[in-house]
Amino acid sequence: MWRIRCFEERVAQLKRTLVVHGLIHLSIGGEGVAAAVCGQLRDDDAVYSGHRAHGHAIAKGAPIDRVMAELMGRVDGLCQGIGGSMHLVDSEHGFMGATGVVGGNLPLALGTALTQHLLGSDEVTVAFFGDGAVQAGHFNETINLAALWKLPVIFVCENNGFAEFTSREEHSTVERVSDVVAPYGFERATVSGSDVPAVYDAFGAFLAKARRGDGPFLLECLTYRRRGHYEGDQQKYRDAAAEVQWRERDPIARLTDFLIEDEVVDERTVAAIEREAAAEIEAAVQFARDSPFPDPAITADLVYAK
Amino acid sequence: MTEATFVEAVNRTLAHAMREDERVIVLGEDVAEGGPYLVTAGLAEEFGRERVRNTPISEGAVCGVAVGAAQSGLRPVVEIMFIDFITLALDQLVNQAAKAHFMSGGQLSVPLVLRTQGGSGQRNGAQHSQSLEAWLTHIPGLKVVMPSGAADAAGLLLSAIADPNPVVFVENKSLYFRKERLTDPPEPIALGRANTVRAGRDVTIVALSRLLGDALEAASRLAQDGIEAEVIDPRTLVPLDLETLANSVRRTGRALIAHEAVAAGGFGAELAAQLQAAAFDYLEAPIQRVGAPFTPVPVSPPLEDAYRPGPDEIVRAAKSAMEWGEYDAEPWDHGAIAPP
Repeated sequence: MWRIRCFEERVAQLKRTLVVHGLIHLSIGGEGVAAAVCGQLRDDDAVYSGHRAHGHAIAKGAPIDRVMAELMGRVDGLCQGIGGSMHLVDSEHGFMGATGVVGGNLPLALGTALTQHLLGSDEVTVAFFGDGAVQAGHFNETINLAALWKLPVIFVCENNGFAEFTSREEHSTVERVSDVVAPYGFERATVSGSDVPAVYDAFGAFLAKARRGDGPFLLECLTYRRRGHYEGDQQKYRDAAAEVQWRERDPIARLTDFLIEDEVVDERTVAAIEREAAAEIEAAVQFARDSPFPDPAITADLVYAK
Repeated sequence: MTEATFVEAVNRTLAHAMREDERVIVLGEDVAEGGPYLVTAGLAEEFGRERVRNTPISEGAVCGVAVGAAQSGLRPVVEIMFIDFITLALDQLVNQAAKAHFMSGGQLSVPLVLRTQGGSGQRNGAQHSQSLEAWLTHIPGLKVVMPSGAADAAGLLLSAIADPNPVVFVENKSLYFRKERLTDPPEPIALGRANTVRAGRDVTIVALSRLLGDALEAASRLAQDGIEAEVIDPRTLVPLDLETLANSVRRTGRALIAHEAVAAGGFGAELAAQLQAAAFDYLEAPIQRVGAPFTPVPVSPPLEDAYRPGPDEIVRAAKSAMEWGEYDAEPWDHGAIAPP
């Protein structure tokens, strides 16, 4: 979680000086879900994400320096600098892709689950999406198909209460995403995304069943989006009061307090983890700065597979 | 060699591909029941309903499932029952399938075939009769195939299934029950190779899909007037065999492009632009285009018949090209095919 937090705070800085490029959507405040979910997956399990994807990619095992290089458009980026922030892919680690079209990743994830089912493997697929995707047609089409075909896919909704600039109640009369899928009859749960052990346990229970080929499942995690929809969003719609409660909602602070209280770790260990993460990010920035921009000729070569 | 309809050719090729490679699956609305034209008839009985999957009427998600399956190791052949419904699948086709290889820096590939059928002629009205292939040719990353008959359909489909890229395979419903002789099992026909179906010295007719048959009929009629037309089927729009087309136009000095789609913004416009750039110095006349007028497809039989371009229009446009510059020549009426 600290690696994701440090990475994204650094990306926010680099965006202000235009060292990273394009539309940048940060998950600061929601890192707990990425860590608790991806931390339980294997490399051969598949993960699909949306536009707010850095944390998912990193938690799934994507090398952090190559993620940074990708955001900076460098040739050593995960996708040779071609994809950028919203289109991260690291197939070696099962990160099958982020997508910039809200909801567009959901049927793709089901397709990978179909492959896993037909090939008889015990791999599972996880699809991350936000509450904004729930109102997209792809969501309802995919949920119906997933329920019908009973494929090993776990839908993980990060419900941060905002679809872009607009709060959920202006987009839907159904408050809980887990209620939207209720009629389909598959297992679903809603947990606090700031409560990392709760996410871990709820996801772990679904994962164990999906490993046996069961599915689908939906886990709704109520998260808090600390920053705007994208970097540069003026956030005039935000409630100032929410900021006051930040500490209560910060998954990292909450987990740290919990672990120190339980004497699992001490403050020195926590400080060391923070320092290590910060050093790793600085090394990643240097790696990315040292990497050249790609040769323009590669774009034409990458349009078709050979 | 055996004789088969277009439908039977596609059906046999799908079965052949599924026997050869267990990664090949078929999915779409009613495919396990054979579909409205029986193109997939019998597949579910041979291969089971896991590999021949009926889907709900959810074109977007179904196309997306096929893309996700393709980039994970299967070779799906997804059917969109009428090309008119491809509008609902375009997000997945255009934003995901076409770009996955590119955006991932080459990590992903999408060996997907999207079969669909278009075209007028069955009084199906404006939402079940369109020819929308030009949209798809505008998207880098997609390949677009338009077979003109049963034998080509079999060979091109086999190559499409083997291709590591998303291929849109556009059939034409008017061709479905025409018989041709073809090999059994099918032999692949490479994508990107045009087929010169009739040789001629006076005018090159490039005809897509159903219009190939009409172009051959037009060529016979033109021959009676001493005009020898060369008729070429490009077979695939992307990749395009410009070389074969341009070489022909350099020899004949005249070109005519015929397709069933609305002429305005149709693939003929792109072909005309590419041909004039490749053969400008050889052209004796403006490149002619034959296509549908700038209206949706009507149902009423005489109106639909009048709407459909065919041999008469091709003959008129070819003669216009031949007579270009003559004192009393009547130019082919482009007014009917232009938008207001």
